[in-house]
Amino acid sequence: MASLTRVKTKAKTNELRTRFSWKEVKRQKVLLFWSAIIVAYGIVFYYAPLAGWLMAFQDYKPKDGLFGSAFIGLAKFQRLFSDATFLRVIRNTLAMGVINLISTFVMAILFAILLNEIKSKGGKKVVQTISYLPHFLSWIIVTGILHDALSTSGIINELLLKFHILEQPLNFFAHPKYFWPLVAFANVWKETGWNAIIYLAAITAIDPSLYEAASIDGAGRLAKIKYVTLPGIRPTIMITLLMNVGNVLNAGFEIQYLLGNGLVQSVSQTIDIYVLKWGISQGDYAMGTAAGIFKSLVSIVLIVIANQIAKHNGEERLF
Amino acid sequence: MDNVVVRKKKNMSAPNVIFVICNTIFMIAFVVITLYPIINTLAISFNNGTDALRGGVYLWPRVWTLKNYTTVLQKDNLITGGYITVARTVIGTLLSLAANAILAFIVSRKRFLFRKELSLFWVITMYVNGGLIPTFILYKNLGLTNSFYVYVIPGMISAFNMLVIRTFMNGLPDSLEESAQLDGAGYTQIFVKIISPLCKPVYATVALFVAVGQWNSWFDAMLYNRMSSQYTTLQYELMKLLSSVTNQGNSVESMKHAAGTVTPTSVRAAATILTMLPIVCLYPFLQKYFVTGLTLGGVKE
Repeated sequence: MASLTRVKTKAKTNELRTRFSWKEVKRQKVLLFWSAIIVAYGIVFYYAPLAGWLMAFQDYKPKDGLFGSAFIGLAKFQRLFSDATFLRVIRNTLAMGVINLISTFVMAILFAILLNEIKSKGGKKVVQTISYLPHFLSWIIVTGILHDALSTSGIINELLLKFHILEQPLNFFAHPKYFWPLVAFANVWKETGWNAIIYLAAITAIDPSLYEAASIDGAGRLAKIKYVTLPGIRPTIMITLLMNVGNVLNAGFEIQYLLGNGLVQSVSQTIDIYVLKWGISQGDYAMGTAAGIFKSLVSIVLIVIANQIAKHNGEERLF
Repeated sequence: MDNVVVRKKKNMSAPNVIFVICNTIFMIAFVVITLYPIINTLAISFNNGTDALRGGVYLWPRVWTLKNYTTVLQKDNLITGGYITVARTVIGTLLSLAANAILAFIVSRKRFLFRKELSLFWVITMYVNGGLIPTFILYKNLGLTNSFYVYVIPGMISAFNMLVIRTFMNGLPDSLEESAQLDGAGYTQIFVKIISPLCKPVYATVALFVAVGQWNSWFDAMLYNRMSSQYTTLQYELMKLLSSVTNQGNSVESMKHAAGTVTPTSVRAAATILTMLPIVCLYPFLQKYFVTGLTLGGVKE
């Protein structure tokens, strides 16, 4: 029995793989030539920086280089974790990552489902086209617009004053408690329509007869959403969730950098900003690298954990 | 017959009507929140700057002027930034598309000897990278800082875009390649004359992704080319304009500064509109491409 399986696998690999021979190499020389160039490029630009991780374990001095600097073990990491700022920065990154993930995720699904319920074809198309627009704008423009709308003379303050919710204009950017919600709102504003594309595609793929059957059973709009649409897009929801979990720590650079200011520093600084501050502005390459390594490792662990959970529950997996 | 009547009645039932009303309100609110800030910026960009400081300019300019735009077009740093941004978008997109297409072509050849290995080599780069500091040092050592090349050389290949093209190429029939080979065509000819023309839609998708990224990026300009003003990009110049405005606010200082008819706020509005203009004009026509691209990218091997 065992040998039979082995024969089968062997036959399968034979079918999939071309066996190595000099004749085959000669035949594919063009492909091999280009892949050699591409691999060389990849080694220089994607893999060589990994060697830079060594810096985090060294008393790195630019003049001595990577090979001349003395190794000092985990001293930089010890310093990193005894730095109260770094611990706060981890908290900020995680908090904003999770808040952004949940809010953009829920809004995209909600928007996709509700857009799908619009019966007028033209209306649907117009709303959808408009919904993509913010995705194509840079964070520079988005934060500029947000600054205008939320400034003390901006439209939001004007409306809040008009409806007597506020007594006097409020500077949203000066209070730490508004910063995380602002970042979440900006993310939702920018990405909802774009993120909804994949769910809309998934909804289109649902078998229409399921909806007809539900109608005959007397299901209303909401019941159909609950029992047909949501289960139908469940695999898509799971796979995008999985892909985004690994990105939780990546959720913070541009917007926090552009919106942050001295007054909200305690909640706005993220790991990436910390790396930038230590590494580039202060010139302590080793500290910056150590913080970057920490971020990469946590991201990989998150992806693996999420993947394992998905596997355990019989959901779609990334790898 | 009876059935149809019953169903029609059900569609008109109270919960459904409420649902339709709520949904319509939600969509209108969504559209207003999305569009208002942009239209407001547009109105301010055409409004007299000092007049705009009084507030009350919402959807339409109150005192028309083109002064904001002429001021922007006279600023040398914005003009230089504009040229650099256009150049990096065009060159960067072409280079990146060519590199990703060649790589995708190679890894989608069924007979290629290192098919799995080469794919894996690039997929790993999606999850692991050296990080900001080692990358910065590398570019510095390669002499890419303070140069235009830093915009177009380093990020040429992206594993995600490669996978999108590969998925598309894998969907093409193998017989195309086989019959071309029988006719004596080499891989170069197969790539240029047979596969690439069929891949136009997916090339358009990837080109769009890359071009938008190039047009909008500013961080690389700040990090690598801060010292050489001849290579800064439009977005970075816009950011400098933004931070100068936020620091001044609508203070008396900026009122005084605006002895003429333009203020930092109104100039920035004009610059913002000019920066987003090409994208806003183009993206509605490219919709079908990015929808295909995202759906292709979601397909895992």
